[in-house]
Amino acid sequence: MNNELNNILDVKQKQQNIIEVKDLCVEYITMEGVIKAVNTLNIALGYGKTLGLVGETGAGKTTTGLSILRLVQDPQGKIRSGSIFFEGQDLLKLSEKEMEEYRGSQISMIFQDPMTSLNPVMSVEEQIAEVIERHQGLNNENSIERAKNMLDLVGIPSERGREYPHQFSGGMKQRVVIAIALACNPQLLIADEPTTALDVTIQAQVLEMIRVLREKYGTSMIMITHDLGIVAEVCDEVSVVYAGHVIEHGTLEDVFDHDLHPYTQGLFESLPNMKDRKIKLKPIPGLMPDPTNLPLGCPFSPRCNYVMDLCMEKKPERVFRNENHYVECHLYKSDTPVESKVRING
Amino acid sequence: MVRDNPILEVKNLKKYFATPKGMLHAVDDVSFTIDQGKTLGIVGESGCGKSTTGRAILRLIEPTSGEIFFDQQNIRRLNKRDLRIIRQKMQIIFQDPFSSLDPRQSIFATIEEPLKLHKNDMTKNQRRERVHELMDLVGLAARLEKAYPHELDGGRRQRVGIARALASDPEFILCDEPVSALDVSIQAQILNLLSKLQEQLGLTYIFVTHNLSVVNHFSDDILVMYLGRQFEKAPAEELFSNPMHPYTEALLSAIPVPDIHHVMNRIILKGEITSPINPKSICRFANRCQYAFDRCRNEEPKLSEITPKHFVACFRCEGKSY
Repeated sequence: MNNELNNILDVKQKQQNIIEVKDLCVEYITMEGVIKAVNTLNIALGYGKTLGLVGETGAGKTTTGLSILRLVQDPQGKIRSGSIFFEGQDLLKLSEKEMEEYRGSQISMIFQDPMTSLNPVMSVEEQIAEVIERHQGLNNENSIERAKNMLDLVGIPSERGREYPHQFSGGMKQRVVIAIALACNPQLLIADEPTTALDVTIQAQVLEMIRVLREKYGTSMIMITHDLGIVAEVCDEVSVVYAGHVIEHGTLEDVFDHDLHPYTQGLFESLPNMKDRKIKLKPIPGLMPDPTNLPLGCPFSPRCNYVMDLCMEKKPERVFRNENHYVECHLYKSDTPVESKVRING
Repeated sequence: MVRDNPILEVKNLKKYFATPKGMLHAVDDVSFTIDQGKTLGIVGESGCGKSTTGRAILRLIEPTSGEIFFDQQNIRRLNKRDLRIIRQKMQIIFQDPFSSLDPRQSIFATIEEPLKLHKNDMTKNQRRERVHELMDLVGLAARLEKAYPHELDGGRRQRVGIARALASDPEFILCDEPVSALDVSIQAQILNLLSKLQEQLGLTYIFVTHNLSVVNHFSDDILVMYLGRQFEKAPAEELFSNPMHPYTEALLSAIPVPDIHHVMNRIILKGEITSPINPKSICRFANRCQYAFDRCRNEEPKLSEITPKHFVACFRCEGKSY
């Protein structure tokens, strides 16, 4: 089963990353002030892998996704600095016209709300065909044919292609959105909370479908989510984002079993435990910092149980636990072996 | 305090909506009781009738038929005036703290309003004192009294909603998806607040939610609904350790678990929920059920007690009846 996938991967240089976001800074200019949505954010993703971008509302996850596609709302939104390398090409250096060749064809995005991301006055097959026509230069007839295949692929009977979005349920609409995103067989799929608006049994269907399709085509994926359960299920690596910055990154095992950052720990402890319902929830006190007025030092310091004077004065630097797993927190020092200081029982 | 009698008893509750396509069976024959100080979780997916059930109990929606007893009073027989009096004791917290507060009322005025309405013997100063007490109780800083809803974050707005619900000294609160719109770290704050209040004030809750891990954490008993019907009802621990209805089984298996050592044993359901309009009298889950046999497509199973306190509406369980 994996032969096909391996062949696809062999053609690419396996050691190279498909996407590398370096020191990205994005701001929104509003009446209330400058919102620093993304602050020197770094992520990297290898071919065929899935990266979970985890964080709460306002952490800058969606803005990061939109930045990769250069869809940050202008004029309020501005990518201030940084670079986004897709297969070695810095997307931020491309002209708008060149960028159009990437969107929907090499890089696609699935948005959170399937109810608003479809065009209500176009049949679903036309909406899928539009992407195919635009990027693969097929004529209308052939692209409709391909669109019908895509519908079959996502588990919607192709006869229903002539129907309009309002005739579909939420789960079906999200399948249509996924069909559009995958229509040109993109190399990178950015899925922004793709199942948040869906019921749990439908969510299970959609996640399963995404998994099967990715396996088939070897698509790399960035999964934006706040749900650590979904991360555990679909991702290979995790970047935990707080106030527009990655504060911890590692493989699933690194982050789930050896979490280092007090915020990561806080996220785990806020979740009700399914095995033992008597365990009391430990919420993270306080709120996300005001993005127009971020703390001078560590952005998490105002909410942190382990806060020290140093945390309020100086931003922590990256400390590695192993070559893949790093944390940005003053609790850890790069010259001593890193063992979790926040996790009592593994 | 009356301990032998349940504080709330719902019998054969039905709510049908007339639609151009036919009768929509939103809630179809739901019965349960809740003891004082306990929490009943009602779970199910979109369109299962969980919110309608809650609202019909408060008569925010007029039920089609059925009886609702609160403190032994039949709510359905009350006139408007008496209903208003009993609603002091029965309050609701809504899902969306962004749309359930009046944007033009300050936090103080929002919490004071029910006092003006229900406690008309209070003086202005007494009301002021009580609002501050309530704000303190739900963890809102006193300086926020002059703020307006748009100035607050979701968690604080939900605290305002809770303070407002508590203003009339209720015994029972219907929590309709109270944390679904909140981030996990804030969600935990609100859940802990709700349990603290339950302990302190002896409140009884109905907790309506689609989030199964929240309901597991929070409820004493759980009712699983599907297309207006009750499919399974059991004490929380029993339901989670021994789900009997195939739908409950699938629902529990579908929860993503934030543990990489968790062995997934997921049942992926085929198809989607059928229409609640003029449902046939067959099992409403039959078209998605992996175990469905002929009988399921010809008659409808009734809710029956399979083991003590564990009720299931499924033909597969019938033989197991004790």
